[in-house]
Amino acid sequence: MALHVEHELHRRRRSRNVGLALVLAAFVALVFGLSVVKITQGDMMEGYDHRPQASRLPVDPNPPAATAPRAAPGTPGAEAGIKP
Amino acid sequence: MAGINAYDGPAENGFEAGFGDYVALLKPRVMSLVVFTAFVGLWIAPVGMNPFVAFCAVLFIALGGGASGALNMWYDADIDAVMKRTAGRPVPSGRVPAGDALAVGLALSGLSVMMLGLAANWFAAGFLAFTIFFYAVVYTIWLKRSTPQNIVIGGAAGAFPPMIGWACATGGIGIESLLMFALIFFWTPPHFWALALFMKEDYHKAGVPMLTVTHGRAATRRHIFGYTLVLAPFAIWLGLTSVGGWFYLSVALVLNALFILGGWRILRRTEEQAVADHYKTERKFFRLSLYYLFLHFLALLVQHWIGAW
Repeated sequence: MALHVEHELHRRRRSRNVGLALVLAAFVALVFGLSVVKITQGDMMEGYDHRPQASRLPVDPNPPAATAPRAAPGTPGAEAGIKP
Repeated sequence: MAGINAYDGPAENGFEAGFGDYVALLKPRVMSLVVFTAFVGLWIAPVGMNPFVAFCAVLFIALGGGASGALNMWYDADIDAVMKRTAGRPVPSGRVPAGDALAVGLALSGLSVMMLGLAANWFAAGFLAFTIFFYAVVYTIWLKRSTPQNIVIGGAAGAFPPMIGWACATGGIGIESLLMFALIFFWTPPHFWALALFMKEDYHKAGVPMLTVTHGRAATRRHIFGYTLVLAPFAIWLGLTSVGGWFYLSVALVLNALFILGGWRILRRTEEQAVADHYKTERKFFRLSLYYLFLHFLALLVQHWIGAW
């Protein structure tokens, strides 16, 4: 006499567990695949985190001409009259 | 539904559902139509998509369709139990508790909409959310039990998938996607009314106000023929847009001629003739309607492959 008799209920329960495991594995694979595709396509992957981010600023079509650095007001450099 | 830490045992009838019972909740046969039409809408759109993203998008649209199917089974369990055609579904047959169907439907609705938004775009995701709402609330909860025009308006839910597929690729709506919607929308009533003609007892027993029950079979026959006439111009118009071509147009002309002829034959029959040959013409028209839709969308795919206008 077998020690473990498998009832049909066990078979159904196993099918549910195996099915769910496969679905979860497939979901992980899908999300991974989507991430790879999105990153390789160069999509914006950086979310807004409530802090100023230079990368999220729109590109200025008429950027100001590059100038030499100026000393900030009130600093020793400004008092010494250093100008570009 | 069993919690994570507590196993609450099998259902009241002692039955514990298998994985297949949960899959059946998603109406796989309806899902296959959703997958096919959504895929065609996405593939023939003028904007290309990465094949893997396109695959994911179609999968999530199908999942959304399955979710609305589960919600439909949860709400309609009482009438499904009385109809011979639906009595074997998981909820009325007692294989899956109604609460589980609701939980699966809600969870998959949220998941499919979120994932479609992340995979494709949020316009398509919103469209999918609206479709699920339309099928589960507008059709299932509101219209199905209150008006004989239930499947006319509710048919819109089944007509949205190619528009969602198109929206995944283009991010919007076009005349082509609207015509694909019209093709399914006007096809749905004659398809289901033909079924209702030879399954009348089912709907009558369940108290669903199908046209055959509320207005009689003669009126239903007139409506079927009328809709085949309304449908044809939209099917042919689609062939004159940017996704059409000589091949699609030829297929559409032949299929619509056959469909109108089938509708005409149904119109000309009396109830005595139909009973005498066990609704042979009606059953034939129902089968033709299945091929009609499949071949139209297949022709669109082939046309895209050989080149549109």
